[in-house]
Amino acid sequence: MTELQAGQGAQPLEVARIDARPQRHRDLLIALIAFVVLALLPVLFGSKQLLDFVIRCAAYGLFATSLNLLVGYTGLISFGHGMFFGLGAYSFGLMMQKTGVPIPVAFFATLAMTFVVAVVIGAICVRLKEIYFAFVTLAFQMLIHSTILSWQSLTGGDQGLRGGIPRPPFLGIDLSNHLHLYVASCALLVIGLFLMRQIAQSPFGYTLRMIRDNATRASFIGIDVWRAKLAIFVLAALFAATGGMIMALFVSGAYPEFAYWTMSGEGIFINMLGGVTTFLGPMVGTMLFLILNDTVTRVTEYHGIVLGIVILFFAIGLRKGLMDFVVEWFAQRRSEERG
Amino acid sequence: MLEIRGLSKSFGGVKATDNVSLDFADGSLTAVIGPNGAGKSTFFNLITGALRPDAGQILLNGVDMAGKTPPEIVRNGIGRAFQVASIFPSLTVEETMLAAVCADQRRAGVTHRRFPLAETRDRAEHAMELLGLASKRNRTAATLSHGDQKLLDIALALVLDPKVLLLDEPTAGMGTEERWRMIDKVRELWEKQKITVVFIEHDMDIVFKIAPEIVVLCYGRILATGAPDAIRRNEAVIEAYLGSDDHAGAVA
Repeated sequence: MTELQAGQGAQPLEVARIDARPQRHRDLLIALIAFVVLALLPVLFGSKQLLDFVIRCAAYGLFATSLNLLVGYTGLISFGHGMFFGLGAYSFGLMMQKTGVPIPVAFFATLAMTFVVAVVIGAICVRLKEIYFAFVTLAFQMLIHSTILSWQSLTGGDQGLRGGIPRPPFLGIDLSNHLHLYVASCALLVIGLFLMRQIAQSPFGYTLRMIRDNATRASFIGIDVWRAKLAIFVLAALFAATGGMIMALFVSGAYPEFAYWTMSGEGIFINMLGGVTTFLGPMVGTMLFLILNDTVTRVTEYHGIVLGIVILFFAIGLRKGLMDFVVEWFAQRRSEERG
Repeated sequence: MLEIRGLSKSFGGVKATDNVSLDFADGSLTAVIGPNGAGKSTFFNLITGALRPDAGQILLNGVDMAGKTPPEIVRNGIGRAFQVASIFPSLTVEETMLAAVCADQRRAGVTHRRFPLAETRDRAEHAMELLGLASKRNRTAATLSHGDQKLLDIALALVLDPKVLLLDEPTAGMGTEERWRMIDKVRELWEKQKITVVFIEHDMDIVFKIAPEIVVLCYGRILATGAPDAIRRNEAVIEAYLGSDDHAGAVA
């Protein structure tokens, strides 16, 4: 058991009794409200910078939350999750550039391609545990990154996909229009988060928690641990690829950095910032990360040092992510009030 | 009926289980005893699929379990609890039970519905009541006392409705009083559930008091089997494990 899990388990707090009523409707309502609020932002504020920020939040947020399905819910620390973000961006970009298919077709074809790649890579990786899993995922990421760099005729090598990604209108939606792209990104974010929330709160989500806590015991109550790990590895890859597609549409291209190990590192960093024990932790971490990144980059070229100090603050100072800290603080207060 | 036929397992040159053959009748309660290194836990690990036997058969109602994976063996009806309570620290007692029933009902992979599933409630409730854990349903497993964690471990095996329940030292690490409470609970479960229970135990007072049948293992082999009276007077068992015949009159 990792220190993180021990920490979770050691909370001397009683948790509320499980509510038998389905909570899906409540989450659906929250998702709808969130979408409406996001969709109204351009009307209320109209700042292009803000819209850009939200689009990037959508791309990174889907990526980081999907990584948390592995890290926080299953205990699989992946150092290579960024490969699926890159794969999504490149597959989608290439399909749009080379085949000229409608965007929805390219979207689903990219998901199908990611599915196949994730099944193959996952089938190998999820047999391994802890650091071995982490490093083999990293190795696969470097393999994909190297392929992108060396297959210049297809990927553009270290220059990335040049010439922009064509974005032909479909069903009245024109993604070359910034506002349309913004609303589509928000929709993908909200749908993606809702689906991931559904996974996390389903019986399968609890199977993942059991595997994280004690995989051996899980197998002795009849759970096929390998299959469950593979399933979540593939599902997380699909959401990460969706994030990659949003980013490809946003920057109208795809770059090797999307599939580089630093992308996975940023995912881990975001999860550390926001926290991994709450569902929205990675989303909060995403916003913090992007704000930090944007402001620090403007102030100093040594932004890496500042980000490093922030990591140290969260890792050594709080010893948890922001949302973990907040939730724990509220729970502590509630329990004190109860006496 | 659980029949073990010629079960063997070696680690390098060490024979941890050496051609063991045993029968456990339906509804029986059997204690497995023996000195440290006798191969008791290995014997359990072989039956439950944690280890692959080198040779032999593990027949549960005629179906061979040898070589099957732990999930397959569990689904066939052999449950186990561990020497060190094997639980899910971050889940509450209730969540643990509900998730285990989900797994047993082959719904561990369901993603389109919310946890907990209504159809898992009765069985989870029953197991918690049976083990006296209902009042602690909202406690996370990590915050339970050692004894309650052991009970939760047993509840996890029991909630799957096993035909055979293997308990690896259910009283390990407990004080005297807690130990007797636990073993009374084991006996109560056995009587109520009418399942085959096999348990490993080091406390001979407990073994001689509650086990109608005893198997003595030594160096991976069966040294003796039989009723408590026969075992406590068996010269080979006294020499290899009991050390003296003090236990002869220890427990009536």
